[in-house]
Order: sequence, then C-alpha cells, then structure tokens
Amino acid sequence: MSTTTLDTHDTSAHGHTGGMSVGTFIKTYVFSLDHKIIGLQFLFSTLLWFLVGGLLALGIRWQLAWPWTDMPVIGRMLFSAEGGQISPEFYTTLFTMHATVMIFFVIIPILAGAFGNFLIPLMIGADDMAFPTLNMLSYWFMWPAFIFIGMSFFWPPYGAGAGWTSYPPLSVVTQAAPGSDWAQTMWLLGVTMVGISSMLGSVNYLTTIIQMRAPGMTMFRLPLTIWAMFITAILQAFALPVLTAAGFMQLMDRVLGTGFFLPEGLIANNSDPASGGGQPILWQHLFWFYSHPAVYIMILPAMGMVSDIIACFARKPIFGYKPMVYSISGIAGLGFIVWGHHMFVSGMNPMLGMTFMVSTMMIALPSAVKVFNWLGTIWGGKVQFTTPMLFALSFVSMFIIGGLSGIFMAATPVDIFIHDTYFIVAHFHYVLFAGTAMAVFGAIYFWYPKMFGRMMDENLGKIHFFLTFLFLNGTFFTMHILGAVGFPRRLADPYDYETFRHLLPMNQFMSICAICMVGTQILFAFNFIYSMFYGAPVGRNPWGANSLEWTAPSPPGHGNFDFQPIVYRGPYEYGSPEVDTDFYPQTQPPPTDPKRIHKPEQH
Amino acid sequence: MGRFWSLLFLTVPIVGVGIFVWAMADLPGMKGHWLPENINPQGEIIDSLFMFILYLTGAIFVATSLVLFWFLWKYDASRCAEPVKYMHGSHTLEVVWSILPAATLLFIAIYQMNAWADAKMRRPTLPDGSLRPPLAEVTGRQFEWRIRYAGKDGILGNEDDVSIANDLHVPANEEVVLKIKSQDVLHSFFLPNLRLKQDVVPGMKQHVWFKANRTGVFDIVCAELCGWGHYKMRGRLTVESRDDFNRWLDLQSREQNRAEFTPTTGEAE
Repeated sequence: MSTTTLDTHDTSAHGHTGGMSVGTFIKTYVFSLDHKIIGLQFLFSTLLWFLVGGLLALGIRWQLAWPWTDMPVIGRMLFSAEGGQISPEFYTTLFTMHATVMIFFVIIPILAGAFGNFLIPLMIGADDMAFPTLNMLSYWFMWPAFIFIGMSFFWPPYGAGAGWTSYPPLSVVTQAAPGSDWAQTMWLLGVTMVGISSMLGSVNYLTTIIQMRAPGMTMFRLPLTIWAMFITAILQAFALPVLTAAGFMQLMDRVLGTGFFLPEGLIANNSDPASGGGQPILWQHLFWFYSHPAVYIMILPAMGMVSDIIACFARKPIFGYKPMVYSISGIAGLGFIVWGHHMFVSGMNPMLGMTFMVSTMMIALPSAVKVFNWLGTIWGGKVQFTTPMLFALSFVSMFIIGGLSGIFMAATPVDIFIHDTYFIVAHFHYVLFAGTAMAVFGAIYFWYPKMFGRMMDENLGKIHFFLTFLFLNGTFFTMHILGAVGFPRRLADPYDYETFRHLLPMNQFMSICAICMVGTQILFAFNFIYSMFYGAPVGRNPWGANSLEWTAPSPPGHGNFDFQPIVYRGPYEYGSPEVDTDFYPQTQPPPTDPKRIHKPEQH
Repeated sequence: MGRFWSLLFLTVPIVGVGIFVWAMADLPGMKGHWLPENINPQGEIIDSLFMFILYLTGAIFVATSLVLFWFLWKYDASRCAEPVKYMHGSHTLEVVWSILPAATLLFIAIYQMNAWADAKMRRPTLPDGSLRPPLAEVTGRQFEWRIRYAGKDGILGNEDDVSIANDLHVPANEEVVLKIKSQDVLHSFFLPNLRLKQDVVPGMKQHVWFKANRTGVFDIVCAELCGWGHYKMRGRLTVESRDDFNRWLDLQSREQNRAEFTPTTGEAE
C-alpha cells in the first residue's frame, strides 16, 4: 500500500541543510507566513498545553481519590504551605484551569489552528491561505494568551478559581474568592486573546475556502473535513464576538466597578456594596451563547476528519455525502438556539426551559444521522485496521455514548437531578476526550506522513490506542454511575456528605485509570518525536487516499503543489469501477475509454 | 488483528450494559451506586423519566454498537473476499433514519413537559386557590444555609422569626414551599433525595416545593461553585411528623428568645 521512496521533488523548507542564517531560520520556522509551519506551530503549542491540562486533571483525580493526603514526591514541592496537600482553594483552580486549558488552549486551537491551517489550503488545492499575514497573527495572538494564563498561576490561589464558566458574582467580586484579584483578571485577558486569535483564523478560513479552491473543486467536491472547518469558522465568526464582549463587560465589572452582572447592593464576604443594576444570569446567557456553539466548534472538525479517515480505510465512498454536509450545517444552525440547556436550573424562566428542551432534543437528530452514515460507510467496505482507523472507529463508538447521554440532560425534569453532577462530567468527557481527542490522535497518525514525510510507528500507535481506549473508559464510564447517585462536581471533598461517602473506592479506581491514561501518552510523545527523525520515509500517498493533499510532496514545500491541481471528482471515490486501483485521486483525469465511464446509480 | 479489534468494539456494549446492570442490581462492590433513596412523589416521576430515557438510549446504544462490531467483523479487509460495494448512499435510508429519531426525540421532549411544569411552574395552592405560602426562607451565603421560619404570627421577616443555620426541618406528608435566595454569590439548593435542585441567584427570589413522604435526616448539598469552601457548604434536612416539627420549632423559638439576652450571640449558630 505504501511507497517508501523518498520524494525527489522535495523542495520544502526542510530541505535546507546547514548554512542557514539565523534570519532565515526565524523567517522560515518562527515568523513564518506558510500555513503549514503555522499549523505545526499550533500543533506543538497545543500538544504541550495538552500535557499541562492532563497533569492538572491528575491533581483533581488525586484529591478525589485520596482527599487531604500528601501527594507523593511532588506534593512537598508544589504545596509546601499546606504540607504537601492540595488546599481547597487550589482545588478550585485545578478544575478551573484544567477546563480552561483543555478547551481554549488545546481542543479549539488544535482543531481550527493546527489541522485547519495545515489542511485547508492543501485539501482545496491552494498554495496558501488567503491572508498569510493574518494567519501568522492568529498564531502570535496565542502567545499573549499563553502568557496571561501562565501568569494567572503566579498569584494565589495560583490560578483562577471561578470555574471555566466564570460565573459572577464569584468571578467579579474579588472578596468572594480571597486573593483572586489578579489571577481572575489574567484569566479573562487570556481567554479574550484566544478569542481574537480564533477570530482572525476564522475570517481567513472562510475567505480561503470560498475564494481559493482549485479549478474543478466545487463546494460539493470538498472533503468533509473542509466542510466541517468551513461551518466551524462560521460558528466562530458569529458567536465569538459575544464572548469577547461579555469578557470585557466582566473585566469592567472587576476593575472599573461597573455592574453589568451584579445586582444592586450586593455584598459578598464584606466587600463594598455593588453599585449594581445588573443580573448574574445575564453573564450565563452571554457566556453560553458563545460556549454552546463552541461545543460544536470542538466536535465538528473532529467529525469531518473522522469521516475522511473512515472512508479511506473502509476503501469505500462515504455513505450519504450530502446528508453529512447538511447534518453538519444542521448542527451548527441548531447550535445557536440551544444555549439555554446549560441553564435549566439557573433561575431562568422555566417556560424558556421547555423551548430549549425541544431545540436541544432536535440537535441529537443530525448527530444520529452522522453516526448512521459512518456505519453505512463501513458496511460493505474493506476495513483496514490501521492506527488512524482505530482511533476514528473509537470516535464513532464513544460518540454514540456521549451523544446518547446528552439526551438525559436535555430532558429538563431529569436534568433537575443530574445537573452539575458527574453525569454531565461523564457526558462531556465522552464527547470531548473520548470523541474529539481520540479523533485528534487519529488525525495526527493519519496526516503525520504529510506533515513530516515520515510514518509514525504503527505498532506503538496500536498499543497507544489500546491502552488509551481501555483507561479512558475506566476513567469516564464510571462517572455515569456516580452521576446517577447525584455525586456533585467541583467539590474538594464530597465524602463529607453521607449520600456520597461510600463512593470513595470507585473514585480511587477512576483515579488509577486516569493516572495510567496520562502515563500511556508517553508512548505517543515518544512515537511522535522519534518518528520525526527515524520514522520510515514515505512518498506522496502512503495510505492510498484520494484528496488533494496526498498528491503534493510529503512534506509539501512552500506553495504546496508542484503542479496545478485540477479536480475531476469528489474525494471519496474509493473502489470506483473506472480505475484498476482501489482509490481514485481527485486530480486523476477520467479514463479515455468511454466504456469504462461509470454511470452513477439512481437512488 | 482485525478480529481482535472488532471484539474490542464488541466489549463496549457488553461491559457498558454490564456496569449499569451491576449498579442497578445493587450487587456487592457497587452497593448504593444508583439513584439514591427518593422520598418525594415528584421525584418518582423524575426517576421514572430517567429510567425511561435509560432504557431507550440503552437499546439504541446496544443496537448501534453491535452493528459497528458486526460490520467490522464481517468486512475486515484481511478476511473478507467480497468486492467493495461501490455506492454513495441511499436516499430512502436517510429519510427513514432522520424521521424515526426525529419523532422519538420530539416525543421525549413533549412527554417531559408536564413533569417539568409540576416541578418548576405549578406552585402548590391552598384549598382556597391562593398560592401556598412558604414554610421557611433558605438563604445561601458563603458557606452555609441560613434558614428562617416565620414565628407564631406566621409572617416571615419580622421580629419573632426563628433563625437557624444548616438545619432545615420540614413536616412529612405535607406540601412544603420554601423561599430560596442568595446573599452573596451563586449557590444551588440541591436535595438529592427529593430530586430537587435550584440555583439561588443574588437579586432574585425563588420558590421550590416538594412533599417528603418519609421521615429521616437527609443531605442538603450546594451544587453550584461558590468559592473555596464550596465543598463544606453542607446542610441537613430533617423530615419529621407534624407534631415533632411543631415541638421542634417551638423549642427553637423559645431558645432563641432566651438567647436574645446574652450579648455574645452575633451569629445564629
């Protein structure tokens, strides 16, 4: 299947050996305008933050399994003041920063920033993004965000501690969370900077996809990855301004004494009475108006990439291409009118709860259609169990769980009981970790040869998959059970409650699984770095895939293609009777013999 | 290896259903790992809706997971000799698997509405049709629940109110309405055994209602992050007979009045 000859057309920046001046190096690898380098910069940055977020999660798990005990070895270094224990203040910053890092610094930038940047021009046959400088800026706006969030760790209680949702008044009245003055302000600035970065990116993606497609690349010949990136960019462009505005409002409430989110005369922990006139719930509406579409920003590109991987390794056209496109659009459209389902018990008018319940239920429909279409794609194919395929299949398998458990929360009466319990924690970890993060792993294994011109080790990859799959279910599936008992999230010591005291052994089991899961990622890190230098070199199309990026050299040089790609068909023509190979690249001209031309069946 | 990976995906529905059955059957190792005891008739409705969704989604989960396993098992490239089915989809199938889930989901949504309205919109009334007045007022503050009962005059908010912290008593087998609010940040008034949860928001006054049909002592949980001490914002709910309740309230009232003469009582604890 794979050719292992080094490509002789390799004219990439990587071709430089020795003799590169510092100025050239900085221009090529640091302040690069090339979308592939920017994509890789996003990839490396987000993978590093992935490590940070994972370690923060282990802190949470440590406290839940062995509350108020010394953390071995590193406890004394980290929390010397508490004698090696996690303090309740620090526990609030642990889950706040875990969620913030994972959402704003890992998942969103790795999908849109890393894969969006790397894949969009390659898959549509363009030589670069529409606005390369804007593209570079979108990466460099991440750095102030990194610095702000990093700085937030320096003030007690060593990180923002109002939850990633940052609900006022806790997040606004500094006395309510003693010591949180700077930590929370830095957090707000950091998140706002991420927003600016995403915004710059989304404008660029939209323009590039609309304007710069290769000849013959109609919208309905785009790979589903690109469709997903396109819709995601629309979501970002329309929803993000709301969060940015809300973030500035909260910032003003904190530092200038305005009262957008505080009722009149509010006193928390001996603070001065608030000038007020505002509403704490207003923040929740504004926040979720962005952050619910953001949930789809965090899953749609993963769905797109999974579709491409599954079609490639089932060696069969994607089942229902257009329904897939419509369901992506449907999810995005409905995604704008479901934010209230985060607020069923918030004190919002209960009448609104009913309308949000109906819209939320309906958003499960396009998700279901996508699952059925993936199953339809596998049906009748020839499934090759490569590492990327295993991760993509696990996405489907896990997304079924994550999607179905959402229906419990969408049902308002049931949500009364399971709201803010581990049931919701289980749900979003199934969607975001077992779903998106597994898809991202699959995508890295799949496009790695294109990024670096070398394969990642398949055996190591499969062990990595197997262990991650095992431990993630050990960690997250049990959370459903905790949720059914009503086990609340965000408690530093839930065992104080009689109702939850007996759940400690299960939490210890989950924490052991979580530690093993993070440990397993060493295999991935090793494979990722080792293969960059010692992986098997590959040609242009190691997987026998159809889309345009596989016709460019691996890795593609500046300008991507060494010929003008002309597109004759969609990207999923696997097993076509028109050719003898089981794949049929988008750029391959149709056969000259008219007898071989395949008439599409009517259905 | 295709067999191995197919079987791995087969373990997902088997182990998944197994864990749920284990917990629901209350078997050793997972004793008490399911819905906690419910003492509220309204909670029974919520529990039955939970179980209804669980069975429905469970069936879909098992069916789709088995289909995934079967396709992987059957179409494993290293074993399957059939040529690839070159097809791009089926309009009929797409219509079928859009309409069926849509109808089911719409049904679930409409089916839930009455329970939601009972829980959050239809406050119990007195025989004369007026709204039932609150038995007590519960105020969340960092990090305790302050509870105030109307004194002998039956009116909240004057001098003979009885104030207690973290210790809510209610009579059994009666409709109870509570007025809940917050003094500082967001909290959430969560009674797991009554399937009742409501965020309390500063600047807003809200009411919750329930009918506890068993006596005993239960947890009041704060379910919305309210600061570093969120985990210890724990209250107790005591459900007792009407007579016991009256006796208890009377005792509290007398103790409080006696305490008024001692200058050291700043906080009612």
